[in-house]
Amino acid sequence: MSAGLVTVSYIGATILFILALGGLSNPETARRGNSFGILGMAVAVVATIFGSVTANYALLFGGLLIGGSIGLILARRVQMTQMPELVAVLHSLVGLAAVLVGFASFMGHPGAEMSSAEKTIHDIETYIGILIGAVTFSGSVIAFGKLNGSIGGRPLTIPGRHFLNLGLLVAVLWFGRAFVLETEAGGGLTPLLIMTAVALVFGVHMVMAIGGADMPVVVSMLNSYSGWAASATGFMLNNDLLIVTGALVGSSGAILSYIMCRAMNRKFLSVIAGGFGTGDGAPAPAAGEAADQGDVVPIDGAETAALLAHAKDVVIVPGYGMAVAQAQHTVNDIVKFLRAKGVKVRFAIHPVAGRMPGHMNVLLAEAKVPYDIVFEMDEINEDFPDVDVSVIIGANDIVNPSAEDEPNSPIAGMPVLQVWKGKTTIVMKRSMATGYAGVQNPLFFKENTRMLFGDAKKTLDAVLKALKDG
Amino acid sequence: MRIGIPKEVHDGERRVATTPDVAAQFLKLGFSVAVESGAGVEASFADAAYRAAGATIVDDPAGLWASGDIILKVRAPERHPVLNRDETDLLRPGQVLIAFLWPGQNPDLLKRLAEKRVTALSMDSVPRISRAQKMDALSSMANIAGYRAVIEAAEHFGRFFTGQITAAGRIPPAKVLVIGAGVAGLSAIGTARSLGAIVRAFDTRPEVKEQVQSMDGEFLELDFKEEGGGVGGYAKVMSPEFIKAEMALFAKQAKDVDIIITTALIPGKPAPKLITADTARLMKSGSVIVDLAAEQGGNCELTEPGRVAKKDGLTIVGYTDLPSRLATQSSQLYATNLRHLLTDMCPKKDGVLVVDFNDEVVRGATVVKDGAVTWPPPPPKLSATPAAKPTGLPAVAPGAKPGAKAGHADAPASAGATLITAAVGAFLLALVGAYAPASFLPHFTVFVLACFVGYMVVWSVTPSLHTPLMSVTNAISSIIVLGAIMQVSSADTTTKVIAAVTIGLTSINIAGGFAVTRRMLEMFRK
Repeated sequence: MSAGLVTVSYIGATILFILALGGLSNPETARRGNSFGILGMAVAVVATIFGSVTANYALLFGGLLIGGSIGLILARRVQMTQMPELVAVLHSLVGLAAVLVGFASFMGHPGAEMSSAEKTIHDIETYIGILIGAVTFSGSVIAFGKLNGSIGGRPLTIPGRHFLNLGLLVAVLWFGRAFVLETEAGGGLTPLLIMTAVALVFGVHMVMAIGGADMPVVVSMLNSYSGWAASATGFMLNNDLLIVTGALVGSSGAILSYIMCRAMNRKFLSVIAGGFGTGDGAPAPAAGEAADQGDVVPIDGAETAALLAHAKDVVIVPGYGMAVAQAQHTVNDIVKFLRAKGVKVRFAIHPVAGRMPGHMNVLLAEAKVPYDIVFEMDEINEDFPDVDVSVIIGANDIVNPSAEDEPNSPIAGMPVLQVWKGKTTIVMKRSMATGYAGVQNPLFFKENTRMLFGDAKKTLDAVLKALKDG
Repeated sequence: MRIGIPKEVHDGERRVATTPDVAAQFLKLGFSVAVESGAGVEASFADAAYRAAGATIVDDPAGLWASGDIILKVRAPERHPVLNRDETDLLRPGQVLIAFLWPGQNPDLLKRLAEKRVTALSMDSVPRISRAQKMDALSSMANIAGYRAVIEAAEHFGRFFTGQITAAGRIPPAKVLVIGAGVAGLSAIGTARSLGAIVRAFDTRPEVKEQVQSMDGEFLELDFKEEGGGVGGYAKVMSPEFIKAEMALFAKQAKDVDIIITTALIPGKPAPKLITADTARLMKSGSVIVDLAAEQGGNCELTEPGRVAKKDGLTIVGYTDLPSRLATQSSQLYATNLRHLLTDMCPKKDGVLVVDFNDEVVRGATVVKDGAVTWPPPPPKLSATPAAKPTGLPAVAPGAKPGAKAGHADAPASAGATLITAAVGAFLLALVGAYAPASFLPHFTVFVLACFVGYMVVWSVTPSLHTPLMSVTNAISSIIVLGAIMQVSSADTTTKVIAAVTIGLTSINIAGGFAVTRRMLEMFRK
């Protein structure tokens, strides 16, 4: 296959990738967009195989087949509630691939035929590609552990962690210089390996320091990194398709991170610096006040059912607790029942509900909730004064009024769903524990709030049963 | 400690401070309970019921006062008609008295209680914070008063409340105007609505409009701008212009409505005269006015506090004891309010009452302690809650509005910052242009343009599809497989093996990413 044809195929693949992302503006066009993405990937892979593979077909197709099968099985088996974990795993693979391609490229092409400046640039590209890849890899592995629960959600704040990060950065720069100098003489593997180790440590430390509340930011940030890693690899290999695709993915992840940060009223840098949820820097009035806020009013499933059955306008606010309890199907059954009785039911989704962007939407879609009754925070927030009953399922910080009322609160200024403006709020929770931000929620103590304690799935089953009986 | 429940001695008072149910709860807290014989009879609680609940019945009032460590009452102490001495004289040092004491109106009583060296808590002084709502006896009583006001109106009104079409002709629904939409007002609105009347309500505080509408009432508004909310959510005195506009509204309404229920109170002032004799006379013959502010002088000029007056074809109900006229209900609610207070003051559930001045509620309610008058309390730390439902006296409303929203992170960056960013960007670009080799620049161009394309495309993605966006970008970023494919034909074993492994890893990603995205997108259905 001629170089011209390969290039043209790459242009086609680029366009298809852009269309794939563009299609996601609407659920209707999204399915077609995904097909464009698959097509683009196929075109790119086939063109590359015809363009540059001359030997070792067994290894090539073996890798494609084995990897592809594993991927398909994973995709089929994964529970929708485990999507954040799956995404983290996939990120780590991209990171690892970038590291491996970088090393293979370094060892296979010493780059002797290049001019001095070109070689330096190439070395730097290789170095950066491996660096980003390694950070993405180890960071994603830790993120997977945190999402999976095998690593605690509490941020790890070792003393002087900012200095540690700074030290690691300096080390990376120092070994980068050593690497460029040593490659002149044909060496350079040692600094490259040391840098990789440093980058791995940095990735681990970075994600360990970030609290559970910031997981959506972390996941989208790693998404962004995986893109930049691909882009850096593209520079290294002089491949425009990699550069373009990496840049698309990188900016996509960056925008998601920005949206998530904005939804929590947090600065990106302070999220990355980590430590959120420990209460450092935030005075403790929240905790002191908690003791003084009085009683909550508990309610049971039957009473909840009665409230829902007599309401005209119901809004359901799902959170991570719904995902944990796998309660989305019961929620949908309740919604179907209420809608059949003429009750107006809507869902309100906060951008950071759950552990990754759009997590709740996917869960509701899985349970076959029609997406035209699922609303974003900005679309529905003004409607709360007219809402008869708001049902909060396993969410906490995203409905915390102190974000608006308490200037000293750690979550002050974070946009929240104003459920307390509705007539009655039912909060489903396992216990009175605070949310990820570690902040007490005055909503629970408001007089028009009722607490429905217990596992979301079981309590919702009880509500559904009471609705059907009643 | 022993709780004593004396029989109320005020003329016509039917309430009692504790019901048998609540007495049983007190026993659970570790207290013992003694009830004066016949204390609950007027409220339909027989001595036998108290006894069944575990309380002791005491026949001798003096003995009951003497033996109790805590005395729970409804009304403030007054002259005992049987013993012929003041109830305060029955108190002994160290006792705790809890009742409606109205400390603002009864400075002499406070002095006497202080001389007796007792501790006195006044249920009307419980601070109006959200935590104390369960002890807010004023709200409990106001709610009952509002309900009873409608029932009294119904008794004196010669027609149905609800409208009907019958074979004998059409019955128009009664029209009710409620002035003052506090707890009593809202309760009256709800009761009158449930009887089928057309209900209108007026309040100087525009923020109660939603509450009126939530009770299915129609909120009347003046074409006049003045905020009526005073300190702590209570109403305040309005300007003369406002009052004039208000009077005009009442006069217009008086011609139309059949029943007026007034509940307007301003703390520490006589009730405002809202319905003048002239306005009242505009009403149709047979109309009824129920004046819930009668005790403070009345909102209507024709009101005679404590009795029902008939003037010019109108009936003006001026009862000052409406809660007592629903004695069973009000005793239940009052007793429950007391139980909540005692539960909070007995944290160990060991029957020992602790008067803890660090507790804002206890501090606010305590008017006499250890021989010293402790009223008024220091101002509360928090203003009334911004809760949607009002609590307290008729003219009471949510106070503080939610604080101004804090600034968002996406506030537009200052012009200076933008300029600096642009300058740094230009400098970096210049650096690249000056030093990078020519072969680098085309790639760099592509990179920068791709970033912008990505930026534009991704902003248009709907938030509900952010998870599919992540999984599909994941699959796409595995385009890195191309690098491995290029390397797989290498003769070098290490390179070739690494390349094969990389192909395997990225293939997981490509297949998994696209497949899971498709699976998710299949689920999004209308």
